[in-house]
Amino acid sequence: MIRRFDPTLLILLVAFPILWVLPSGLKSYGLYVVSLWLVMSIAAMGLNLTLGYAGLTSLAQGAFLGIGAYATAILTTKAGWPLPAAFLASSGLSFAVGVLLGFPALRVRHHYLAFVTLAFTVVVFLIARNEQWLTGGVFGIANIPRPVLFGSDLGAALPFYRLLLCVTLVLALAMWWLLKSPWGRAFLALRENPLRAASLGVDIRAYTLLAFAIGSAYGGAAGSLYAPLVEFIDPAPFALSASFVLLLTVVAGGAGSFFGPFVGAFFSYMLPELLRATGGWYLIIYAAVVLVIVMISPTGLLGLIERWRDHRSQAKAAAARAAAAPTLGTAAGGTDSLGKGATQ
Amino acid sequence: MDQFLQLVVAGLATGAIYALAAIGFTLVWQTSQTINFAQGEFVMLPAILVLVGTHAGLPVWAAFAVASVAFVLLFGFGFKRFLVEPMQRHGVLPLAIATMALSVLVKEAAKNGFSAEAQPFPSLVPDGMLSVLGAAISARDLAIVVVAVVAIVGLQLFITRTRTGRTMQATAQNPTVARILGIPVERMILLTFLINAVLALVASYLVSPVYLAKFSNGESIGLAAFIAAIVGGFNQIRGALAGGFLIGLIDNLTAAYVSSAYRTAVPLVVLVVVILVKPEGLLGRKEERTV
Repeated sequence: MIRRFDPTLLILLVAFPILWVLPSGLKSYGLYVVSLWLVMSIAAMGLNLTLGYAGLTSLAQGAFLGIGAYATAILTTKAGWPLPAAFLASSGLSFAVGVLLGFPALRVRHHYLAFVTLAFTVVVFLIARNEQWLTGGVFGIANIPRPVLFGSDLGAALPFYRLLLCVTLVLALAMWWLLKSPWGRAFLALRENPLRAASLGVDIRAYTLLAFAIGSAYGGAAGSLYAPLVEFIDPAPFALSASFVLLLTVVAGGAGSFFGPFVGAFFSYMLPELLRATGGWYLIIYAAVVLVIVMISPTGLLGLIERWRDHRSQAKAAAARAAAAPTLGTAAGGTDSLGKGATQ
Repeated sequence: MDQFLQLVVAGLATGAIYALAAIGFTLVWQTSQTINFAQGEFVMLPAILVLVGTHAGLPVWAAFAVASVAFVLLFGFGFKRFLVEPMQRHGVLPLAIATMALSVLVKEAAKNGFSAEAQPFPSLVPDGMLSVLGAAISARDLAIVVVAVVAIVGLQLFITRTRTGRTMQATAQNPTVARILGIPVERMILLTFLINAVLALVASYLVSPVYLAKFSNGESIGLAAFIAAIVGGFNQIRGALAGGFLIGLIDNLTAAYVSSAYRTAVPLVVLVVVILVKPEGLLGRKEERTV
């Protein structure tokens, strides 16, 4: 049996070569902005799994970004590890911390989980700011090296961007596979109706922890790439507001839809950079636009497209019915009411 | 001992501000089951508006009057009419997200539209120290506690003793039944939002002479008030009150005796413990709501 090719996979595989070639004409600042978009898409992808698919409201993704960034910065500058090893270690660390943080999530859900994760984020920020011996405190950690892989230096903006693109693709494919797997369906069941999921034999505890931990690991992975991208980190980008912005990113893009995080990250991280030309006003414009988006479409930008498509197909169907109606109407008086009943 | 007494009074003063803001969380929660993440910005903004007025050449009293009216209209009436009402049917999370966006908007607008620097704010209470049991206590701190307690007790009396107050409570507890009983639910909800705005206004005028008026004040006050509301009980005004004073005390005592670097962390630890042990808060009641 030939199965229909998954459109998500198709979009990923088509987008990859385009994104590989397209930014090559950009200057280093432009490449930095596109790279930032990729990194934040990874973080948002993780939060999308936690929030959009498993339905757990987390305000800790900014903290995991920080954990990944600091772990990588410390391991590469102080311990001299190569970036790939630091990347794996950072993601693994975030996964482990995610499991630990997930335990309260088993006890409390909804807004209380948001509160617990909020507390966690503030504590991580305070540690980053105050434990100078480890994190450099407010002075941060400088000179985070970019990687040398298989003898070739990926330090310049374009090769590093392409490396990020490859990592993003791999992580997106992993997420795609995860969501299609029975695990992914279990996450969805968990979000829709935990009670019914439990009655169908889904181990709620294990899946809640797993969704949380994998989402966190993506956050850590993003942080681990963020550190060499900016080459200098301090606590500020990982404060509570970072977690808020990541949440806005996922919701504005479309929580629970595969490409939502990419659209959202474009919106939250690339657009403000493009708006920087407006001086100090870019965050105001950004916040106002987010406000308008959630007010128009609480399911995010992709939700808006979905709705528009539904609307159009409905309009098309209505037009088809209208075109068909005269012949039916002349054929028999009763068909009209029947047709109406079927469409309701 | 003297120092301890001083810290307690200072803690109560801080706590009074937190309580005023925390009550705002509970009021919005009761009427729309959502968290207003812009609550801290609501406390930051009135003081900035007053300063905008004085910089524009208004006399101080006029600046206070104009700022107060403008704020209550914008963030009492406008907030309900143009944000909460249209968003409410979409559920709790989109509305919470919208308030996050609003908080960024208000904060950045204050920063760019007015000033990124902390500004001195005219105090309504004269400076000075009172000597109580050998401890030097600032008159301002004392005044903050008194004004806040009067405001909160007044609110509590209004809600429990007057007809309008009781109708408001009925609306908060069950809007559907309230509507059947002929209570003008919409007007009651609007009243709740206006009260929230007035409390934020009072908090703003009390805190700004001490902390200076700054665009980023909302972050710290909002977070502390938020913790206070949860610790005390999100659905109870007296819970918010107790939580406010408790967090204010913990905040000041931690800074003095434990570590000033981690003063924000200790209330958070209290928060997490309370959530895990008694999620409805110390004085909160369990909500029989199917989610």
